[in-house]
Amino acid sequence: MADKRIDEPTGVETVGHEWDGIEELNTPLPRWWLWTFYATIVFAIGYVVVYPAIPGRHAASAGTAGWTSRGALAKDLAAADAARAQTRAAIAATPVEKLADNPQLLRAAIEGGAAAFKQNCVQCHGSGAAGSKGYPNLNDDDWLWGGDIATIHQTLEHGVRYPGDEQTRTSQMPAFGRDGILTAAQVQDVVSHVRVISGQEKASASSARGAQIFADNCSVCHGANGEGNRTVGAPRLNDKIWLYGGDRATLTQTVTYARQGVMPAWGQRLDPVTVKMLAAYVHSRGGGEALPAATPAPDAAPAAPATR
Amino acid sequence: MEQVLLRAGLWFGALVLAVVACALAVDQGFAIHMAIFGIAAALALWVTISGKNVDDAVRGILRMPDQGRYDDDVIRWGVIATVFWGIAGFAAGLWIALELTWPQLNLGLEWINFGRLRPLHTSAVIFAFGGNALIATSFYVVQRTCRARLAFPGLARFVFWGYQLFIVIAATGYLLGITQGKEYAEPEWYTDLWLTIVWVAYLAVFVGTIVKRSEPHIYVANWFYLSFILTVAMLHIVNNLNIPISLFGSRSYPIFAGVQGALVEWWYGHNAVGFFLTAGFLGMMYYFVPKQAERPVYSYRLSIIHFWALIFLYIWAGPHHLHYTALPDWAQTLGMVFSVMLWMPSWGGMINGLMTLNGAWDKIRTDPIMRMLVMSLAFYGMSTFEGPMMSVKSVNSLSHYTDWTIGHVHSGALGWNGMVTFGALYYLVPRLWNRERLYSLRMVNWHFWCATLGIVFYAASMWVAGITQGLMWREYGPDGYLVNSFAETVAALHPMYALRAFGGLLYLSGAVIMVINITRTILGQYRTEAPMHDAAFDPEKDRPIVAQPA
Repeated sequence: MADKRIDEPTGVETVGHEWDGIEELNTPLPRWWLWTFYATIVFAIGYVVVYPAIPGRHAASAGTAGWTSRGALAKDLAAADAARAQTRAAIAATPVEKLADNPQLLRAAIEGGAAAFKQNCVQCHGSGAAGSKGYPNLNDDDWLWGGDIATIHQTLEHGVRYPGDEQTRTSQMPAFGRDGILTAAQVQDVVSHVRVISGQEKASASSARGAQIFADNCSVCHGANGEGNRTVGAPRLNDKIWLYGGDRATLTQTVTYARQGVMPAWGQRLDPVTVKMLAAYVHSRGGGEALPAATPAPDAAPAAPATR
Repeated sequence: MEQVLLRAGLWFGALVLAVVACALAVDQGFAIHMAIFGIAAALALWVTISGKNVDDAVRGILRMPDQGRYDDDVIRWGVIATVFWGIAGFAAGLWIALELTWPQLNLGLEWINFGRLRPLHTSAVIFAFGGNALIATSFYVVQRTCRARLAFPGLARFVFWGYQLFIVIAATGYLLGITQGKEYAEPEWYTDLWLTIVWVAYLAVFVGTIVKRSEPHIYVANWFYLSFILTVAMLHIVNNLNIPISLFGSRSYPIFAGVQGALVEWWYGHNAVGFFLTAGFLGMMYYFVPKQAERPVYSYRLSIIHFWALIFLYIWAGPHHLHYTALPDWAQTLGMVFSVMLWMPSWGGMINGLMTLNGAWDKIRTDPIMRMLVMSLAFYGMSTFEGPMMSVKSVNSLSHYTDWTIGHVHSGALGWNGMVTFGALYYLVPRLWNRERLYSLRMVNWHFWCATLGIVFYAASMWVAGITQGLMWREYGPDGYLVNSFAETVAALHPMYALRAFGGLLYLSGAVIMVINITRTILGQYRTEAPMHDAAFDPEKDRPIVAQPA
């Protein structure tokens, strides 16, 4: 315990306490510190008056500004909706096949579709829409169910093999190996054949046997030459584009157990304008096809595997 | 003899309990943890009956000097534990920073994926490194400033070993996937119970020592330490009010659900920052800064006002972690205004620390330990300004959920908590091991620059990352649609994540330099080097008043 003394370098008196050699000066509170502290308190009181702050038995004080976080969100959303209202109304009034007639409207639809895609579709199809194993690449012209804008719209609206939507795209490839339709050796033969027609292997005795098996079991959906069939979503097999993989192991897996990819029916989750915009966006990615001349947009077709 | 019997009985009881719980365990994690508890109880039992003197044994291994005039053994263990857990925690942090940059480093192992290592890192640095530093320095400071030896020496040893056991249980639990899922309160119910027992013992030792003090007044550092111990006890108990699913299983459910649960969690989480990382470390600052500067504390009046303002305001600020959530608007408002009012009370500590150098400013140039302490105060000031700013709702709408928060936390943790702890360790080691000086003061300088540059890389990259992220999330195109997908914002941050990991590497390198320096100091080696300034130390004065010969 030291006595009060004047500290030489600062000229300030000490308080007179001492702990293990530590003394304390009796410097007054710095004015700027004190006034800033007061200012934050004044700000706090003002803010409490203006905004909801004091809890009561049934409700909190509303604040003089009448601000609520839910109200502010609703206002922002309403303003955003209002800004887009005109374009959306125009898209709503235009059948999806006719969007291309109005380039400005089509551009707006693609823009909106791109935003909706980033939110809803990238999880499976990837942020560049390039797909991944089991999820089709949307940038190419290899379509499972058809690539004109009306068909894409139909697929989006009702989904693929989506339970609870009666018009969903649906088809079922048999599990040839698991269900005993083909023996393991036959599965290998048909895989050989598929690898021959896709240009990955040279013809062999196995592929020759496989050709007959293919004609008997597979061609009804995948076509005599493996060209695929969009009405049943049967993938083309005589090209180098694969949804699950074209190597022997993956193909064996596919033929043995079959594949059943699922996509939600977006009509149940998103509003009609957004689904239309998504169709326009997907159609614009590079593989979009022209509408078939004078034929109505194909309806949901029953049956056939989305497999290769 | 009776006391030994009683203690042996207690440990035997604990051993039996642990064995029974291990045998009846309903999940593997719980069985492993009970086995660890059992081993600890068996060790304690063996030490009790064999009558071996742990103090002497450890003193031999760690080359500690004889028991000093104060009860310093526990503090020496604490210093070593602080350094050990610090390295573990910094290394874990560096590893998860690398995992975020290059996710392949998860190596496909569930035990070391980001989700499990992240709590391991946060607990290791906050509770293991920071906690051991706080316990060790508080025992050192309270003895010196009260001029009294620790009140319950046996209990103080229990606090140290019990706290290490808590750390081991918590850390192994994270790796095994045992978690309550509450940030900074991840350990499950039985670990929480154990920590409660240890913490109450800690409170008893600290308060007991203050009660038997020989000084008429209680020094300000002890107010801060005491507020830290008391408040953490309250926060820990309330936030961990859980009901176990089985008494022999590791899972439990909290009694607070939904938004109430979220509010309790952030009342805890924010005050863990406020009372563990701010009040506790201010206690450290209030002793080591004036001692190293050899100057009186700047203002006694400021210390009183800012202490009471700080502890009164801090406890209300938690809701600012829940801006724009389901938390009612009124609670968000209060969380924000209390945080804004907290700005000046927080800065009071910085002013009192920095202005203590009045009349000794040259020491920033000549004394590397002082430089470290001053840098820690500068980072303290920076992050206690940034915090209130980020609590303002309009700022928060940009910063929340982004890496800005991570940058903010680390400028506080690496800058303030880390640097003040390093300064205190460099002050303590030569004094606790009766060495003339550190092995090398110039290596302290190297540590200082590695750490400072590391923090600059870390904080700057996370500020840029956070603001980029916030702006990309809210970016609308001319047609009124969001521009970026989430994955695109992640890709944009990649270079910033790499820079952050580099900052972490620098910080860890600095700490490794410290390990070398402290180890060689303990071994009694001195590096031949041009002298630098260090605070003077008179061992004759370093003793309790009671022991002083009349």
